[in-house]
Amino acid sequence: MGINKTMAGAPSNKDPKLSLLKEKGLIKRFTDHYSESRGRLIIYISASLMIIAVVAITLFLTVQGLRSFVIDRLNVWSFVTGTEWYPDRENNPSFGAFPFIFGSIAVTLLSAVIAAPVAVGCAIFMTELTKKWGQRVLQPVIEILVGIPSVVYGLIGLSVIVPFIKQYFGGSGFSLLAGSLVVGIMILPTVASIAADSIRSVPDTLREASYAIGATKWQTIWRVVIPAAGSSLITAIVLGMSRAFGEALAVQMVVGNARGLPTSIFDPAATLTTIITLSMGNSTYGSVLNDALWSLGLILLMISYIFIVIIRFLSKRRKA
Amino acid sequence: MKKKSFLATALFLVLSFVLALGACGNGSGSGASGSDSSGSASSSSSENLSGKITIGGSTALQPLAAQAAQDFMSKHPDVQIDVQGGGSGTGLSEVSAGNFDIGMSDVFAESKSNIDASALKDYKVAVVGMTAAVNPKAGVKNLSKEDLQKVFTGKVKNWKEVGGKDVKVELVNRPDGSGTRATFDEFALDGETPAEGITQDSTNTVKKIISEHDGAIGYMAFSYFTDDSVVKLSIDGVEATDENVASGKFPVWAYEHMYTKGDPSPLVKSFIDYMMSDEVQNGAVKDTGYMPVTDMKVERDAEGKQTEK
Repeated sequence: MGINKTMAGAPSNKDPKLSLLKEKGLIKRFTDHYSESRGRLIIYISASLMIIAVVAITLFLTVQGLRSFVIDRLNVWSFVTGTEWYPDRENNPSFGAFPFIFGSIAVTLLSAVIAAPVAVGCAIFMTELTKKWGQRVLQPVIEILVGIPSVVYGLIGLSVIVPFIKQYFGGSGFSLLAGSLVVGIMILPTVASIAADSIRSVPDTLREASYAIGATKWQTIWRVVIPAAGSSLITAIVLGMSRAFGEALAVQMVVGNARGLPTSIFDPAATLTTIITLSMGNSTYGSVLNDALWSLGLILLMISYIFIVIIRFLSKRRKA
Repeated sequence: MKKKSFLATALFLVLSFVLALGACGNGSGSGASGSDSSGSASSSSSENLSGKITIGGSTALQPLAAQAAQDFMSKHPDVQIDVQGGGSGTGLSEVSAGNFDIGMSDVFAESKSNIDASALKDYKVAVVGMTAAVNPKAGVKNLSKEDLQKVFTGKVKNWKEVGGKDVKVELVNRPDGSGTRATFDEFALDGETPAEGITQDSTNTVKKIISEHDGAIGYMAFSYFTDDSVVKLSIDGVEATDENVASGKFPVWAYEHMYTKGDPSPLVKSFIDYMMSDEVQNGAVKDTGYMPVTDMKVERDAEGKQTEK
């Protein structure tokens, strides 16, 4: 359609030079719908924007995050391992971020422990047991779960999970466990849909071979399908964990944000993200507290890079 | 064909976005002109102001500033005032950097070490009283300041030690740097650092937690004590009321500040004058749960020293 139009319009143009420019010149190269160079330009720009964004964020966070060590002279070691976080104390303020690092990692691991079995089970159900029904019903359900905003998960956690834990396990209910449960439910759909994809990618010949030597359905799933999908299942779980690690809002509402080191999963705790979101607005730019919060952000970024390295490593091993 | 339909969708999206924006603009415009009819009589004498003011910072002061800005804009239709949140720290930083015309803060600029307070002009637009909020099951209505400090520093772990029922104490704190926390620590706890406990940012969440957990104690502004779900604690037998704050008997209160960088422009000045006028001080200030500065019989400087006016 586009070509027809330009063909019809060209002869009626009065200035021959202009029409030449339009047909073969620079303008043409970027106005024609099927132009090679225009498409290439757009794609190259998108790709480089992406790279620039990642590099810029990393650089910015590094510069900001190192301020507390370079300018405010905080000790890196005592920042990472210290257990006392009292930035407001008038004499002798202390910045020990270990409880938050611990809290973040604990919430992440616990939520993976909660989510992984359910998610993998769910994936097996929809791919192996009820192929048609699973595809038609379970897939949309999972997509709806993905679409629910994290604040809703937080609210449900605050009004259902926290009172439940308080009732049955004592304490205030605001706890590591509450945070892990909420985040575990949040990452469930992510893990389930990726796990389902990886189970689907296991070739049918493997299953047929298994049935041919007389294996039951369960034996096929347990002995053949899961090992074959193995490392991509782990990738799915690690991806879910990296999402759990970065979650701030829902965790903040239920985890209690206490700055001490928790001694059990029923104790309140704080994570890197919750401390940043709680204190950032109250601190002034360039103050020690503000710089220390940026350093927490840097630690967060570094740990999520580690997650990505793990995922790359796993997917490489799968290909080999 | 596919590309075309994509382009058409994109265009449609952009168009609908523009329309939505336009509709928003219209909405606020008509809202302002609607309320104008009531206030036009008083504003007809004032000079014609126009321009834009950006206000931001303390979320505690935000509702009052938004209310006053709404009224101000309906009197001066050519003035556009944006009221943003962000927290006291953001307010002070941004006004120092010149990005906000007015920075709102719950704390004195002097208390933030890296803010050049001498470059900022302080306008105290309201006063807010705060006190401890206790779960009714704890069975206390009054504590001496000494006992209150013992509760918050973790030396008292059960309410029966300070005359309450046999219920465990559960602390609910505010995040570091929060104005409410700074005020409560300084004037109720005399600078003691509170022991560990749950930390929550929003006052509504704090109130919900205290009302639902037996033995919980936290602190919040007077205006949030609207029902019986939490007990408004008296300190040293002095009831936590606006009158006692105004007379200087009740110690836990703070100014709500509006800061400008240097002397404000005429437009900003006229808005601040409007904030300090009797119309706002006795109207919006009281409506949003604050106390007018003009009622105060005592005043306080940046070091926390209290003097008779």
